[in-house]
Amino acid sequence: MTRPPVRVMDLDTYIACHDCDLLHRRQPLATVGVATCSRCGAVLYRNRRNSLDRTLAMAVCGVILFFIANLFPFLTLSFEGQVQETTLVTGIMELYRQGMASLALLVLATGVVFPLVELTGLIYLLLPLKFDRTPWGIAGVFRVVRLLQPWGMTEVFLLGILVSIVKLASMATVIPGAALFAFLALIFVVAATAASLNPDIVWERLTIDT
Amino acid sequence: MGTLDDRYIETALLPLTADKAGVVGCHTCGLLSRRHSEEEHAHPLCPRCGARLHHRKPNSLARTWALVIAALMLYIPANVLPVMYTTYLGKTKADTILSGVFYFISSGSWHLALIIFVASVVVPALKLVVLSYLLISVQLRSDRHPQERTRLYRITEAIGRWSMVDIYAVTIMVALLNLGRFADVDAGMGAVFFGAVVVITMFAANSFDPRMIWDAMEKRQ
Repeated sequence: MTRPPVRVMDLDTYIACHDCDLLHRRQPLATVGVATCSRCGAVLYRNRRNSLDRTLAMAVCGVILFFIANLFPFLTLSFEGQVQETTLVTGIMELYRQGMASLALLVLATGVVFPLVELTGLIYLLLPLKFDRTPWGIAGVFRVVRLLQPWGMTEVFLLGILVSIVKLASMATVIPGAALFAFLALIFVVAATAASLNPDIVWERLTIDT
Repeated sequence: MGTLDDRYIETALLPLTADKAGVVGCHTCGLLSRRHSEEEHAHPLCPRCGARLHHRKPNSLARTWALVIAALMLYIPANVLPVMYTTYLGKTKADTILSGVFYFISSGSWHLALIIFVASVVVPALKLVVLSYLLISVQLRSDRHPQERTRLYRITEAIGRWSMVDIYAVTIMVALLNLGRFADVDAGMGAVFFGAVVVITMFAANSFDPRMIWDAMEKRQ
């Protein structure tokens, strides 16, 4: 044998593909790079330029947009002289009032709570890390953030809004409000937050119990 | 010392799975750790992030089947029952998901009709078909097209969220059109069943373990 054999016990130099279980040796990536599984093509790990700074900036921006999107009127509807304003939350309360508590809860969770928890959770974790401090409960908080990620559906919500605008436009005049534009921007910021995050920058700060 | 320390493996030459090497990768943070036997550790935790470690997702086949069947049953009332009632100038009209699609076709916005049809009707049905196919192929220990099946799984997992479009559209309309007899929108039970289908199919995709596709390949060799 020409090369010295590799010891499997050096566990952190390896990674198992989460889709097909194949073991790979971790290799250094370019500043912007993705390592994919050689057998099934799943993304194993990735590298992002200034991941911490960019993700933190995007998350802060996202929280600001989130509050504008939720506090200001979304759409204003005028119908035969009557004017009605909606925020996101009034829709949820109206559903609840009509006895659709489960539906109200689903929209509240996926449209409002989960995206907010994800953004604030990231700020809570990344801001101290930026100053080389370890936030309390880092492992638990990041686990929750990662777990909730597929359940935050801001971009789907926006499509739902567009559909309802088209449907309502035939009955009444619909005037888009400031919150709608904030929401539109929020979609891109949430996507950019997810795209700029390299989860390993948080995991690598954790100590491994033996 | 453990058996692992004594085992030397040249990974560049031999495709080796974590399973065969006696290690397990954490679902959450990706760290590899030594696999403990059942009696040693009933519920092992990841030594780095503290998430529960599973060699494979627990009872993946049974759980995914149960969720697929549950979603299949709810899919019927979700499409038959009205998702919303629209009252306009004293007349009340019930709308199912499909009648909403036809409304958009007749009003000329065929692109919106297409979006709703694909997101609300095609995607949930396709998810159930694809998951059933994957489950059956795993149970038959098929070794055909594992890459394509894994890709199919990843697509299934990613597109499920878009089915929520109709639920959100109903929420917005319920909030906006609230002017008593003149114009009012109320949510119907169909929307509740539909929301349940979306959530349950997302859980179903989540409980399926794509590594089972590849386990069949390993055993054939």
